Amino acid sequence: MSVLGSLMDWWLRPFVEFAFMRRALAACCALSLSSSPIGVFLTLRRMSLMGDATAHAVLPGVALGFVFAGPSILAMSLGGFVAGLAVAGLAGVAARFTVLREDASFAALYLIALAFGVLLVSVHGTQVDLMHMLFGSVLAIDREGCLLVAAASTITLIFLAIGYRALVVESVDPLFLQAHGHGGTLFHTLFITLVVINLVAGFQALGTLMAVGLMMLPAAAARSWTIDLPVLLAAAGAIGVLAAFLGLALSFRWDFPSGPAIVLTAGAIYVASSLFAPYGFVSTRLRQARLPQT
Amino acid sequence: MGPLVVAEHPSEPAVSFEAVTVRYGKGTAVRHVDARIALGTLTAVIGPNGAGKSTLLNVVSGIKRTAAGRVVLNSCIGHRIAYLPQQSALDRSFPIQVLDLVLLGAWERTHSLRRVSSIDRQRAQDALGAVGLTGLEARPIGSLSAGQLQRALFARLLMQDAQLLLLDEPFNAMDSRTTQDLLEVLKSWHREGRTVVAVLHDMEQVRAHFTHALLLARQCVACGLIRTVLTAENLALARDMAAEWAEGTA
Repeated sequence: MSVLGSLMDWWLRPFVEFAFMRRALAACCALSLSSSPIGVFLTLRRMSLMGDATAHAVLPGVALGFVFAGPSILAMSLGGFVAGLAVAGLAGVAARFTVLREDASFAALYLIALAFGVLLVSVHGTQVDLMHMLFGSVLAIDREGCLLVAAASTITLIFLAIGYRALVVESVDPLFLQAHGHGGTLFHTLFITLVVINLVAGFQALGTLMAVGLMMLPAAAARSWTIDLPVLLAAAGAIGVLAAFLGLALSFRWDFPSGPAIVLTAGAIYVASSLFAPYGFVSTRLRQARLPQT
Repeated sequence: MGPLVVAEHPSEPAVSFEAVTVRYGKGTAVRHVDARIALGTLTAVIGPNGAGKSTLLNVVSGIKRTAAGRVVLNSCIGHRIAYLPQQSALDRSFPIQVLDLVLLGAWERTHSLRRVSSIDRQRAQDALGAVGLTGLEARPIGSLSAGQLQRALFARLLMQDAQLLLLDEPFNAMDSRTTQDLLEVLKSWHREGRTVVAVLHDMEQVRAHFTHALLLARQCVACGLIRTVLTAENLALARDMAAEWAEGTA
């Protein structure tokens, strides 16, 4: 067998042979295609930390769903969705009515939510349940889970397509939109809702602790490749899909846990991009060095 | 109360402030402002720092609501208002091209979903030409100088084809060349019969180029023709009022 053939075999065989690997790949691809563009807007709106905090805040809702309905993916997702929205809303309210800024309110609330969630699962479930909720179980994703991720992805992409222009304007020049009689709150709320939907979709694959992995890392990596927004959104999605594929294959071949393998792969792409991509560290330094000194 | 009421009489002023009070939290930004801005004038809003000049523009543009009183707009202006806030409101690091920024001026027609027509594109190109930015269409806004960005924002104002233009310190930190060019744009709006209201600091500029002024010190000190407003007594009065509230907060 040729070198190319064995290389293809090494990377592709796991997906050809095993249905659970194909399901995991399909779910991660759907997740990447919607989460990464959302992540791009989060980074551009300087809300990266908020995404991280909301992801952790999803846990108590997931736990409540688990307590009342057992390991039903639908109940856990619904609980997570409600909890995520509640914490995002509460952080906004707290920022308005207390001396804390919004990021501090988020940090406080997500810690409370995370601790509460861990407590709930520990009391009502096993260590394995807790591990699955914190770190995900992408290889165990079933048909129902796949459909849920696909639905979340579809909804996100449709809303992004409809609200794209408004979201861009609201990010770059919020006063312009307000002067045209559109309260910024509507688009902001809609956007936060999309963030939560994607984090809930991501939790069963990557767990509540790493669900932001496929949201922020591809987005951050893509920033080093282009400064054109539509290209940036597409690049982030593509990087997410690539990270999912490479991560899953590596986790299968080297017997790594798959969630961390995917996130670490995305992380490696991010580090490499921010060093060597056209708008990364090295190229920027070279360009600066070439500029005539004034 | 709600920000805007449209008057029925075309002979009325462009904007009437009727006992307008605006609050931010517990503080009062402007109190009981009664003033009229005549149609088709070049009106400068002047006054010491913290006098509530930007607040007044925010109320007219509908961004800020009045706590008491009302703002009445002439029906021939209706909702055709364009507002240029201070540049700090804009996120310059956002990856958007100059042409796209200018095309936002067509928002009233396109909103979020409608296609940008080739006519709009041509108008955006023309607007960029009018402010001297031809050739920079594809540049990201982050790569523009402060002066170039202000020119691009003026191009967006040109696109908006508004009857009432509200400009908040449009020449702040601009070089003299940019200021001259943009003043010409202001004057062309004036010649076309549009009403221009600009917050300004440079009294020489106001005297040289504007027809009317509104002198503000959290209340309306004077309003009307330049020579009746910019008198030594009025300016001294505004300074005294500013000194009073500065002491009050110290």
